[in-house]
Amino acid sequence: MTPVIFYKAKRINFKEKAFKKTLALSAIIAVVILVAIFFTLLIDSLPSLKAFGAKFFYQTTWDPVSDQYGALPFLVGTLLTSFLALVISTPFSIAVAIFLGEYYKKGPVAEVFKNIVELLAGIPSVIYGFWGLFVLVPLVRDLEMKLHVAPYGVGIFTSSIILAIMILPFSVSLSRQVISMVPSHLKEAAYSLGATRFEVIWKIIIPYTKSGLFAGLLLALGRALGETMAVTMLIGNTHDLPTGIFSPGNTMASVIANEFTEATGQIYTSALIEMGLFLFVVATIINIIGKQVIKRFTIE
Amino acid sequence: MNFKKIIASLLVVASAMMFVSCGGNGSSSSNGADSTSTANKNEILGAGATFPYPFYSKVFQVYNQETGVKVNYQSIGSGGGIKQLQNKTVDFGASDAPMSDEELAKSPAPIVHIPSCLGAVIVTYNLPGDPALKFTPDVLANIFLGKIAKWNDPAITSINPGVKLPDLAISVVHRSDGSGTTYIFSDYLSKVNADWNTKPGKGKSLDWPVGLGAKGNEGVSGLVKQTPGSIGYVELVYALQNKMPAASLKNKSGNFIDATLQSTSAAAAIDLPSDMRVSLTNTDAADGYPICSFTYLLVYKNQSYDNRTEASAKATINLINYVIHQGQKYAEPLGYAPLPDPAVKKAEEILKSVTYNGKALL
Repeated sequence: MTPVIFYKAKRINFKEKAFKKTLALSAIIAVVILVAIFFTLLIDSLPSLKAFGAKFFYQTTWDPVSDQYGALPFLVGTLLTSFLALVISTPFSIAVAIFLGEYYKKGPVAEVFKNIVELLAGIPSVIYGFWGLFVLVPLVRDLEMKLHVAPYGVGIFTSSIILAIMILPFSVSLSRQVISMVPSHLKEAAYSLGATRFEVIWKIIIPYTKSGLFAGLLLALGRALGETMAVTMLIGNTHDLPTGIFSPGNTMASVIANEFTEATGQIYTSALIEMGLFLFVVATIINIIGKQVIKRFTIE
Repeated sequence: MNFKKIIASLLVVASAMMFVSCGGNGSSSSNGADSTSTANKNEILGAGATFPYPFYSKVFQVYNQETGVKVNYQSIGSGGGIKQLQNKTVDFGASDAPMSDEELAKSPAPIVHIPSCLGAVIVTYNLPGDPALKFTPDVLANIFLGKIAKWNDPAITSINPGVKLPDLAISVVHRSDGSGTTYIFSDYLSKVNADWNTKPGKGKSLDWPVGLGAKGNEGVSGLVKQTPGSIGYVELVYALQNKMPAASLKNKSGNFIDATLQSTSAAAAIDLPSDMRVSLTNTDAADGYPICSFTYLLVYKNQSYDNRTEASAKATINLINYVIHQGQKYAEPLGYAPLPDPAVKKAEEILKSVTYNGKALL
């Protein structure tokens, strides 16, 4: 090789290696940060872990005055609001995804709806909280009075509705994309056998995109689990186990947001951090389970 | 390949641990190496209570116009103010509740409390017609304990003759976040009611027996305004500005007192201890409103710590001196109760006891 070509090859080779190393470094930094967060939470919650042990996870009193901390009501509140929000939003998100992915893929109608749904994701959480407080709460209060339950207005039901609206765009954007990517030869084959449009959607598209739809729902659930501001304004913030769908409750994220800045005393702060760790672990477990289900559903 | 993976994961864990350990225990074991001496001696740093923030804001602004000294106050909450002072990252802290003995014991050096103004907590409610209600200590405690569940309960109607109270359930509203307002309110209830004292007791965050929680004074007042039949507690400043109905309370001397700035200042007309760490709730003063409290500015008694200059120490003390004297005239227009004269005298004495290298600064 002449010297020029030799040096050029070496420079290209160096660039390739440097690029690959930079990418690897960025990936490693992301993992390091995640592991660091986990260890920080673990170390700072040691005093509380030592003081309460497993009782923390099934006791129901949260009393900062006598330093008794049990996180069960908040765990129940978190899971209840998140899953209820998912149940409420799923029919809507699948419907919108089919509407945008199958019926109106292109054209002005599609553009308008797509942008509006994505705009929902951009609205700050506090605004949802305000809207909920001034519009949704009086409506729910009227409903509760008709059903002869205590007319609080705030509670698990109200926060689930707001969460459902907030997580809609996350599942819709992913579901819409997988639905629009169903190969046309499958649909055409079904049509040619005499299937109606509904049958094509129900029997061809949905089973084909099951894993994608589920991934969208999982993304939405992850968002619901961690949502703090809107929930804390609408959930009623009581320390008791919720007794019904209309009762007030509390979630782990909401308690941490409310009580952390004024928490004095080592056990109190440590208990709040332990709850943060708990939330982290619960979110991770749900993610892992979700990924396993997606793997089962994926058609290769 | 397997070996490489093991090394890689060990490296990740190791670097994560390093991350954690150098940041982890910073706040609790800080040895004050973070310097407090202000970057230039014309700026003073303070942090703490949110309740007196409008008052401090105004006084510091006027002080800046008169002396050219800039004061940077961050209203991060009483708890935050105490922590920052303990970490020596601010020149002074501010807190609604006086520091407890344990908090003082954990501080690196003795801290003095200088009261700056007074605040009161009122009880507000949402009833048709906005009637003027009276409460006695036991009735108030039993409402918040959940023992009195309806507005037309005989306990309430007997102390409010002539007021038509509806057959409506009482919805209690309390604070969901940790707050000095909750501390003052629960401090009062613990003094006047033995059941409340046992549980939930007094604190910035409580395990409330009944009721909904809302975030901040704004949250409580918003929820009370929206919910018919609700009752809640907010700071007096808030009630004055938002024109909310406030109940008059029976104080220790047996008089039903309305919450006003005068009755709040009157609550401090009692024997005050020399360190001013006193709870004014359930005051002995005959015409004092029973749920009041000082709000304090906190500084170290010995200002010559770490590399703090005499100039910054003097600047801080002069500022606090201004707040308790010339600054008091800005309190009333903003809805805060000014310090009565005996309190100002005691506050002066405390300020005079603050030293730098053994020499008094004032």
